[in-house]
Amino acid sequence: MLDLGLDVLLKGTNMVRLLQGLWVAMQISLVSIAISMPLGILAGGLMTMKNRLVRFIFRIYLEFIRIMPQLVLLFIVYFGSTRVFGWNLSGESASVIVFVLWGTAEMGDLVRGALISIPKHQYESSEALGLSKLQTYRYVIIPQTVRRLIPLAINLITRMIKTTSLVLMIGVVEMLKVAQQIIEANRMTSPNAAFGVFLIVFILYFLACWPISMLARYLEKRWR
Amino acid sequence: MKNLKKLLALSLAFVLAIGVSACGSSTKDGGSDTSASGKEVYRTLDEIKKDGTINIGVFSDKNPFGYVDENGEYQGYDVYFADRLAKDLGVKVNYVSTEAANRIEYLQTGKVDVILANFTVTEERAEEVDFANPYMNVSLGVVSRDDNVITSLDNWNKDDSIIVISGTTAETYLTKNYPDIPLQKFDSYATAKEAFENGTSVAWANDNTEVIAFSLQNKGYTVGIPELGSADSIAPAVTKGNDTLLNWINDEITSLGEENFFHADYEATLADTYGMDYEDSLVVEGGKTE
Repeated sequence: MLDLGLDVLLKGTNMVRLLQGLWVAMQISLVSIAISMPLGILAGGLMTMKNRLVRFIFRIYLEFIRIMPQLVLLFIVYFGSTRVFGWNLSGESASVIVFVLWGTAEMGDLVRGALISIPKHQYESSEALGLSKLQTYRYVIIPQTVRRLIPLAINLITRMIKTTSLVLMIGVVEMLKVAQQIIEANRMTSPNAAFGVFLIVFILYFLACWPISMLARYLEKRWR
Repeated sequence: MKNLKKLLALSLAFVLAIGVSACGSSTKDGGSDTSASGKEVYRTLDEIKKDGTINIGVFSDKNPFGYVDENGEYQGYDVYFADRLAKDLGVKVNYVSTEAANRIEYLQTGKVDVILANFTVTEERAEEVDFANPYMNVSLGVVSRDDNVITSLDNWNKDDSIIVISGTTAETYLTKNYPDIPLQKFDSYATAKEAFENGTSVAWANDNTEVIAFSLQNKGYTVGIPELGSADSIAPAVTKGNDTLLNWINDEITSLGEENFFHADYEATLADTYGMDYEDSLVVEGGKTE
């Protein structure tokens, strides 16, 4: 059989450390997702408002987050907050702040896109049927918006989970960092370990993201 | 409903404000080491002692200098020294996993007290942080096959090439000082190694620690040039201006020299990789290079 160097994972507590790394990554991403999804929906609603100032502010916010690589944002929040305000954020809190800012901006834009994609005649027909504004949203607009949003939101969520691999740059030891540590610690004795360890990392990321894709498929079917 | 919207807009604007103001910091000059409040970012020797824990930035994936073993413990040449520093200071040590790219930033924001991450002393870096006395030497080395040992780069045969890894000091040095030697560049250690073993080039230039380790692990290769160009040294670094800690580390390195501490460190951590032959050329004892 091809030597993948999988035995390095059986040494000492290596496998446990890898799983702990996954847990760190999941904690950061799930907390960020839980905060940024509702905030993003609100932001999306505000982006479709008629008020020019509100729209302008959100435009700047969105463009700023979109243009900045996440790595730069992590450095800005983690090191910048110490330089400017003297705050001593932990790497984990800095990661959550960045992921919430990012998730809110992108989710907001997705919600805005989904809302304006509902044709005007839907609103007009609802009004003609005598539905109140609240009822229009409750029974006509929101169900259609949500259905359009699901695949887009799932993309964003899985992207947020995978992007946790960048937080190693601000000292958070998550799964990818543990993987690198294991590979390097054994680079003399099993130089092939990189293949095996990254294969396991791939499988673990897959297992983390797959249930979310399944949930999305289930919801899409149910709300068809 | 309208008030609710206003409230939400306000709270979101607040989140945004944090983001934007944090952004402003990136344009700030990196030279100053005081925070907005005017207080120094670093912790003096007494403050560290009082706190009972020293934060030391080390590599967690550079075997055998700083790495994490299978039990999750930090190990290696740098870590052996860091453990001793903490012990003699009478404090516990908290290891922070750093990357090559963020070592200076960690010191400038006071997030670690000392960097012991195989930090090579350069003029540019010395403007940003304060280096203590060195505890190790590095220079470039060239490894070649036993049947065609290369001991000099002068009078080079133009048909032969040398393997280098892109972005390393070896590449910069050869491009600058030996522009006539053709180079084969590879992105990673693994691809360079593969190519060299398959005989695509007559020699491979890299940090001397790397080529020495390679020649010891693979039969049929010799390090014909163990020291090429100017030797650099590796030293602990502290936040610029943190003199109490810097002086203490320098005194510590001097007194450790009396017991030949770094030779013991070498034998405990590096001898497995580099053998005993290179002990005196790699180790710097008592902070003094010859």
